[in-house]
Amino acid sequence: MTETPAILRTLDQLALGTSGRVAAIDWDALAPRDALRLRHFGFDEGVQVTALHRGPFGADPLAVRVGRMTVAISRAHARAIGLATASPATAAA
Amino acid sequence: MNRLPLIAVAGNPNAGKSALFNALTGARQKIANYPGVTVERHVGKLTLPDGRPAEIVDLPGAYDLEAASPDEQVTRSVLLGEGDYERLPDALLIVLDAANLDNHLRFALQLIDLGLPTVVALNMLDLAKRDGLELDARRLEAELGVPVIETVAVRRRGIEAVREALASAAVARRDRPEPAAPSSDGLSLQHRARAIARAAIVAESPSRALTHRLDAVLLHPLAGPLILAGLLFVMFQAVFAWAAPPADLLEALAIGAGNSIGAALPEGWLRSLVVDGLFAGVGAVVVFLPQILILFLFILMLESSGYMTRAAFIMDRVMRRAGLNGAAFIPLLSSFACAVPGIMATRTIDDPKDRLLTILIAPLMTCSARLPVYTLIIAAFIPEVTVGPGIGLQGLVLFGLYVAGIAGAVLLGTLLRAKVVRGGGAAFMMELPKYQLPRFGDVLIGLWQRAWIFLKRAGTIIAVTTVILWALASYPKAGQGEVQSEVSIAGQIGDAIHVVVEPIGFNRDISLALLPAMAAREVAVAAIGTVYALDAEDEAGLETLETRLAGRWSLATALAFLAWFVFAPQCISTIAVTRRETNGWKWPLFMTGYLFAVAYVAAGATYWTAVAFGLG
Repeated sequence: MTETPAILRTLDQLALGTSGRVAAIDWDALAPRDALRLRHFGFDEGVQVTALHRGPFGADPLAVRVGRMTVAISRAHARAIGLATASPATAAA
Repeated sequence: MNRLPLIAVAGNPNAGKSALFNALTGARQKIANYPGVTVERHVGKLTLPDGRPAEIVDLPGAYDLEAASPDEQVTRSVLLGEGDYERLPDALLIVLDAANLDNHLRFALQLIDLGLPTVVALNMLDLAKRDGLELDARRLEAELGVPVIETVAVRRRGIEAVREALASAAVARRDRPEPAAPSSDGLSLQHRARAIARAAIVAESPSRALTHRLDAVLLHPLAGPLILAGLLFVMFQAVFAWAAPPADLLEALAIGAGNSIGAALPEGWLRSLVVDGLFAGVGAVVVFLPQILILFLFILMLESSGYMTRAAFIMDRVMRRAGLNGAAFIPLLSSFACAVPGIMATRTIDDPKDRLLTILIAPLMTCSARLPVYTLIIAAFIPEVTVGPGIGLQGLVLFGLYVAGIAGAVLLGTLLRAKVVRGGGAAFMMELPKYQLPRFGDVLIGLWQRAWIFLKRAGTIIAVTTVILWALASYPKAGQGEVQSEVSIAGQIGDAIHVVVEPIGFNRDISLALLPAMAAREVAVAAIGTVYALDAEDEAGLETLETRLAGRWSLATALAFLAWFVFAPQCISTIAVTRRETNGWKWPLFMTGYLFAVAYVAAGATYWTAVAFGLG
């Protein structure tokens, strides 16, 4: 995943309250069931995601808005979701 | 054969499916299980506007026909007409969350593609409006090609229109083709869904949603856990404080009814059966109905308001200490009411290993059936003194027993994860639905269903066991100078068990109560009640059990008895639901065995420690 040059950071590094666009998801790093669930939640290349909350203990899990839905995923999942380079517009959102 | 038309309600979890189902059927519904799985089947009757009756089934919530959980598997099987869970529905009612169109439409498109006569309920429009979303239902209807009805199920809006649309859909069925194969191309479905959602959304203002503001507080790293702890504290406090007056009333009623019916009956075995068997036994259990209802009231409210998933979010890391994740918090919290619905709630856990581990430790959560035992022993042996401002010793001991169960679960969970249920440990993944005010009527329906299950249990299993126990404890009759509970068959069985449990400080009365307590834990109280009622036949009527106990048991024995009940015994219902859930006898037998072993050690350790401190 790190070979893809366009991805500078992953979803777990996104600051709370800011948004990013999903550039690539490392499906192979996820358990098949988890990958299926992420797809059902609407995680997909090109989708805009917003980091909302982190769990109180160990900053895990992570609450993410995807589409109009808020889902909780673990930090390990978030690490598999690569974001496109932040544009000033999305960083301000 | 003239079968009623069958309407299936399908949709994503959190789309308001159950509220719509309740609105359509009212209280005319039944809960059972699908054969072979512990997925609940909710089925009800409704009358269509043209007067025809129809059957309506609420399918488990699903995200996709490509199933990732047992729930979704049932939904898939029913809708594709495979398996034998349900006959193929004649019409389909799809429930869509209006505020979540881009995501929910994907599943809806899959369902519409099946080709069944379909009606779409565009639900939770009020929440969508609250989020500044304006939708064009007619445009959506044109895009989907099936009738779209605007509804707010929790407020009972649009229900009549749904009924009418269902009436025409259920008629339209003539020579329906077999369901088409579901589209497996998730990506193109998703794109179609997004395009349709974009077309149907007229306007959206970026208003800060209420849910967002609430989450800022409720999921705050510091305030969040504190609020959760406070909520749980209030919940358990309420279980005891609010339940006391109605429970006292029920107890007085049971004793009064037992005594007056007893007085009306002729002296003899029948009077003994009714007063000492039925009223002493069942009465001792029905008294706990208020506590159980209050506990379920809280759990139902937490669930339907959307808070429960937040609690799971907060507790995720803590649950991982026990080798589980946040998803296990919900079934475990439910297990405080009863392990049976708790174990059934584990079906929301996708990972089979995690699910199994949760099932194995769920019985360690202090269920409401253990309360009668705890309350009785505490009232009889723990002095009613305060140990600090507003903190009573009795309450403290009870709290300690709850904590002991949780600590035991963490410890045993870690152990089982390392030795028995290796693997699993799946990461947390859950939708956080929007908050909404639960509808009182829906909560009442849920409460009524729980109360009915409990009363049915009291009326059947518990009544039968207490009557059998009464018979065993009554015969043969004690002669001059003999004690009834020693001479009877039950006394002899108790003697046999006593050999095994004597080393851990249990007396014969307890030995006698251990076996029937397997039927239902509360029966331990009923059993002791029945035995003492028989021994005290010369005394007038029933009196409180505490006074009798306090005179006959040592404190060390009482404490050992409490320690035993933290871990064991498993009631038959728990074992049965575990068998069904794990598809075999291996795990229920393992669970029963390991919990008995732990209970034996814990009770023994407690007894000998207490004796060493001179409490024997």
